[in-house]
Amino acid sequence: MMAKKRVVTTSINGTETEFLCEPRQTLLEVLRDVLDLTGSKEGCSNGNCGACTVLLNGDPVDSCLVLAVECEGADIETIEGVAPTDGLHRIQDAFLECAALQCGICTPGFIMSAKSLLQQNPSPSEDEIRFYLAGNLCRCTGYDKIVRAVQEAAKAKEEVTA
Amino acid sequence: MRDFEYAAPASLDEAIELFTGKNGSAKALAGGTDLIDHVRTGRLSPDLIVDIKKISELNILENSSSGFRLGAAVSCNRIYRDETIVSEYSALADSCRIIGGVQIQSRASVGGNLCNSGPAADTTPALIALEATCVIAGPNGTREVAVEDFCTAPGQNVLQSGEILVELKFPPRQENSGSHYRRFIPRYEMDIAVVGVGASVVLDSDRETIVSARIGLGAVAPTPLFAESAGDLLAGMPANDDSIAQAALEAQAAAKPIDDMRGTKEFRVHVTRVLTERVLKAAVARAKGESVEVAIGH
Repeated sequence: MMAKKRVVTTSINGTETEFLCEPRQTLLEVLRDVLDLTGSKEGCSNGNCGACTVLLNGDPVDSCLVLAVECEGADIETIEGVAPTDGLHRIQDAFLECAALQCGICTPGFIMSAKSLLQQNPSPSEDEIRFYLAGNLCRCTGYDKIVRAVQEAAKAKEEVTA
Repeated sequence: MRDFEYAAPASLDEAIELFTGKNGSAKALAGGTDLIDHVRTGRLSPDLIVDIKKISELNILENSSSGFRLGAAVSCNRIYRDETIVSEYSALADSCRIIGGVQIQSRASVGGNLCNSGPAADTTPALIALEATCVIAGPNGTREVAVEDFCTAPGQNVLQSGEILVELKFPPRQENSGSHYRRFIPRYEMDIAVVGVGASVVLDSDRETIVSARIGLGAVAPTPLFAESAGDLLAGMPANDDSIAQAALEAQAAAKPIDDMRGTKEFRVHVTRVLTERVLKAAVARAKGESVEVAIGH
């Protein structure tokens, strides 16, 4: 007999969200298959590529390595919650401006990690950006444009707050 | 992923009860960064996963005059954000900062790293250097094991059926002491140690002579190693490069690595000496109150 489904109550992108899941379902599976939030991508499914990165209680995690049942009471932010209603987040703008994506599969994960980085460290050095984003893999860009985009996004914030 | 039941007990007693009699078919979930992957790939096939993160004893992070207590389920990022650990148990913070990427550090725990008992675990040499004691609870009560005696073979440890690792206890930081952990990897980040070295030193009040030292080695034997004689050799010696070079040679002699995809035996033996020297120098500098520049990712 299969394990019983559970009701899990979370906050996703600021909205209280209740879902049903089996214990074996990961947060990524529930986001994509149950809640239809398909912005988080499945890459490696083993915690190497970071394409499924979301913020769980403010910290970046690989949602493929989180069981959805663990998320009772958790605050989850996905790529769908990043842009304001009237446009794009400055990190998203910077990725477009800097052409920091090609196929785009890794982009949601990079943007979530970059958001977390800039929250903790508003003006990171290039080395700090590269180290912080090490858990996100990109097979197209060669990373330089991604790093530049994060630098631009950091500058944009400085201009906003200056 | 295979089907399994899930429980998230709020107390240690409840957790032990869940594990008792399961004969390995119940697995503890802390950060899940290894467990969930192993269940998905079929390497592990538990019928029950017990989430231990809701148990207060496993989340403790507390400094007192009797020492530091670190709950087994505390995540790496909580550890390196803790000012006491960063300043007084630096080797542990050093190791937590370089495990996986930030996504892994948000979830992975030092207790889980130890219980997986991999020879190349980054935090274990740091725990050995810092003289950690494992507090283990099970159906027959609580017992303590020195961290250097915890791992018994690759992936194997002293935990008996029904037992769980509850916390790691560290002795109070001594005056004029310092520690460091560093590993060698061919990349800058997201890699497994070819060799890892953790060391702590205590200096005397004039900060010229070493009172005691402990050195832990990773990835050079079937288990993380306590290079006890290398640390003991430093007791009473001047805190200079000559003494450190002698201890590094002694640590090198303790290394019994294998050839594998990450490095040859010969290379690992050599790196053990070089890295032990560098790590001891950094530990001495910290014991003298000097700040140590550690390149990001190292």
